[in-house]
Amino acid sequence: MRKLALPDEILLSIQQPARYIGGEVNMCVKDPESVDIRFCMCFPDVYEIGMSHLGLQILYDMFNKMDGVYCERVFSPWTDLDQRMRKEQIPLFALESQDPVRNFDFLGITLQYEMCYTNILQILELSRIPLHSVDRTWDDPIVIGGGPCAYNPEPLADFFDLFYIGEGETVYADLLNTYKVSRAGNDSRDAFLKKAAQIPGIYVPSLYEVQYNGDGTIRSFLPSCPEAPKTVIRQVVTEMTDSVYPEKPLVPFIKVTQDRVVLEIMRGCIRGCRFCQAGMIYRPVREKNVERLKELAWQMLKNTGHEEISLSSLSSSDYRSLEEIVNFLIEQFQGKGVNISLPSLRIDAFSLDVMSKVQDVKKSSLTFAPEAGTQRLRDVINKGLSEEEILNGAFEAFQGGWNRVKLYFMLGLPTETTEDIEGIALLSEKIAERYYEIPKDQRTGKVQVVASTSFFVPKPFTPFQWAPMSTKEEFLGKARIVNHKMKEMLNHKSLKYNWHEADVTVLEGVLARGDRRVSKVIEEAYRNGALYDAWSEAFRNEIWMNAFETCGVDIGFYTSRERNLDEIFPWDFIDTGISRDFLKREWERARDGVVTPNCREHCSGCGVRQFGGGVCYEDTN
Amino acid sequence: MKIRIKFSKQGTMKFIGHLDSMRYFQKAMRRADVDIRYSEGFSPHQIMSFAAPLGVGLTGSGEYLDIEVHSSDSSRVMVKRLNEVMAEGVEILSFRRLPDGAANAMSLVAACDYTVRLREGYDNCGFWRDFFPGLNDFIQNGNLEIVKKTKKGEKQMDLRPFVYEYRLLEDRGMFLKLSAGSSVNIKPELLLEAYCLAKGQEYQPFAFLINREEVYADTGSEGSHQFTKLEAFGEEIE
Repeated sequence: MRKLALPDEILLSIQQPARYIGGEVNMCVKDPESVDIRFCMCFPDVYEIGMSHLGLQILYDMFNKMDGVYCERVFSPWTDLDQRMRKEQIPLFALESQDPVRNFDFLGITLQYEMCYTNILQILELSRIPLHSVDRTWDDPIVIGGGPCAYNPEPLADFFDLFYIGEGETVYADLLNTYKVSRAGNDSRDAFLKKAAQIPGIYVPSLYEVQYNGDGTIRSFLPSCPEAPKTVIRQVVTEMTDSVYPEKPLVPFIKVTQDRVVLEIMRGCIRGCRFCQAGMIYRPVREKNVERLKELAWQMLKNTGHEEISLSSLSSSDYRSLEEIVNFLIEQFQGKGVNISLPSLRIDAFSLDVMSKVQDVKKSSLTFAPEAGTQRLRDVINKGLSEEEILNGAFEAFQGGWNRVKLYFMLGLPTETTEDIEGIALLSEKIAERYYEIPKDQRTGKVQVVASTSFFVPKPFTPFQWAPMSTKEEFLGKARIVNHKMKEMLNHKSLKYNWHEADVTVLEGVLARGDRRVSKVIEEAYRNGALYDAWSEAFRNEIWMNAFETCGVDIGFYTSRERNLDEIFPWDFIDTGISRDFLKREWERARDGVVTPNCREHCSGCGVRQFGGGVCYEDTN
Repeated sequence: MKIRIKFSKQGTMKFIGHLDSMRYFQKAMRRADVDIRYSEGFSPHQIMSFAAPLGVGLTGSGEYLDIEVHSSDSSRVMVKRLNEVMAEGVEILSFRRLPDGAANAMSLVAACDYTVRLREGYDNCGFWRDFFPGLNDFIQNGNLEIVKKTKKGEKQMDLRPFVYEYRLLEDRGMFLKLSAGSSVNIKPELLLEAYCLAKGQEYQPFAFLINREEVYADTGSEGSHQFTKLEAFGEEIE
């Protein structure tokens, strides 16, 4: 029997012991003694969330296909186990070998959302790794961060030795090799970090110095040694089809959030919505060859036994072989107990036809993401979805038997007016009215329109990186306007409106565009008990507010402040390949309400053509 | 075609609860390409049922599940195919065809065999050192009336008629054959708890390692028990 780090007494008295035992189908087993490098991959949230993340499965597979490398996993212990581990002095361990995380060469932490930052400190502390990079020795793993939040790693700068900027499939082999050579040559830890800094895409925060102006903005952000480059270039996979992909993904014993085969059909998005960070940092759009996808679908379903397969991309309707892959999946797998799920599809005749084949119309609902309530504001954010398209799509769906619609909006977008806010209720009403245009004998019951709003957080490397964010009070005021307007609507009984508290949004705003000075707030909040901030049942806003107070950090400086066009941002040392001029141009066009065509209609010269692949070269093949 | 599968669930698999074990087997059927039957409708599910749920923390050496298939290779081949896709800790022991119209495993369950041992660290001190001889004596001569907590409240019950067999194991442990199934289901923990209570000792759930050895139907008649292993209802597919 595999050894376990936790005794039965603990495993049998906590929730979901299966989170901590490993041993899942397709888990990689290697002899830790026989490898050169032990890499511990961490998703700093609970197992069920972390195991649902595609990126982790891709990198796990990639590392374990390398000779001499053993990649294992660790997730945040839930609060019940957290307490037991502290009380009984049990160090945090990896799932595969159940060995302490501290024994590893690398601890790689994926940064998917800002509200997991206190969980990172929990991982470090339970692993007995010093929280601050500067306090670590060769007795500690190299702590490296990657993922979308690494595009502004500065609030975490003190806690990480390295950051990987860009897609993980490209330079990890170089980094691991550099490490091997460094260790064999008895390099100091600092010497290794300096060598790592010379690998494209690797950022070593301790090798940079930041100076500030009197008003708190950055005066200079410069390398403090010749080894560190002035800018760090984002890593991009140029050929998706041949890129590494897990044919044998791990199959958890317990039900995880994404309990299915996930087929990544394409990376990036051609649409260029101005609020969307993913739409910028995953440029250019790169499609995976449809024949490769068919092969992967077979293998992955066979190797996991999952009963569902889902397509993954930022905008599946823009995948040019969508019809072919969808029809293939339906022909091959439907009727064999395999469900097919198709998220992020635009509502049109094709998608309605497909959806009616793969799901029960009576039970499913239709989803639109207009993001803004008026055409004017949709033009500002460059959301290429017109009211006519929404209403026609909904009408066609109603005729097809659907009667439930979900709508997603954002509040607090740049230039937003009361008219835009009320437009959310008006658009919801128009959709409901469309339903009642269908003759009564052809309707299936009542229509239900559920509108949800989230609060807009400006993100780095988007045209809105300069935009001031609304305050908590403004956000809640806007939500009240929508709620009030909804109640005035003729069909208000068919409309439902959901919104959230704004506390978490404010924090997300600080962390998203924060700098190095914010890290002490994170540490202070963690020390006072902040953990699992992404979980509403665990989130405690007062801890954070006290931490800002104690550390003398002003929330408004990071959130609601108007930023100057030539301000130096904490993330400006990263070169994503998208030019700052393009972002500025888009910010100006946004304020003028001018739409920018998508990448396939017309190239807007964002700069990513330099990577030599994807949509930028589609017509030249 | 109805199939009865016998399997063992050992090691770290004891932390996987009943619902997750069901999901585990559903996925395993697909990995092994078993030609299993699905129910009709928009969300078809596999025709599969388990004999008796095994509590989290317990291991089993003779667990059962029934499935329905359209077609099947020989028992030998199917056992091999399934074992190739199992996680560590689960082993398929037999794969047998049931006669048409056979009752499902769950409805047949009448008794289970258990072995109970003490976990390391509990076995050499005080009360625990002579735990099993004491328990043996208790089952033989003691008062086995307990108060069983049910959904409707508390209920007085005498365990004795439902302890079908008991004996000391040579390597410090106890064998128990207890009534199981839908009419009277006696978990071994009930007996252990009753003994601790009678001795004025606090019951310690983590002190015991419990393995369910086998599951039986009762094929006897007129008040006489005749316990038959569930796998005996099926026959090997050649």
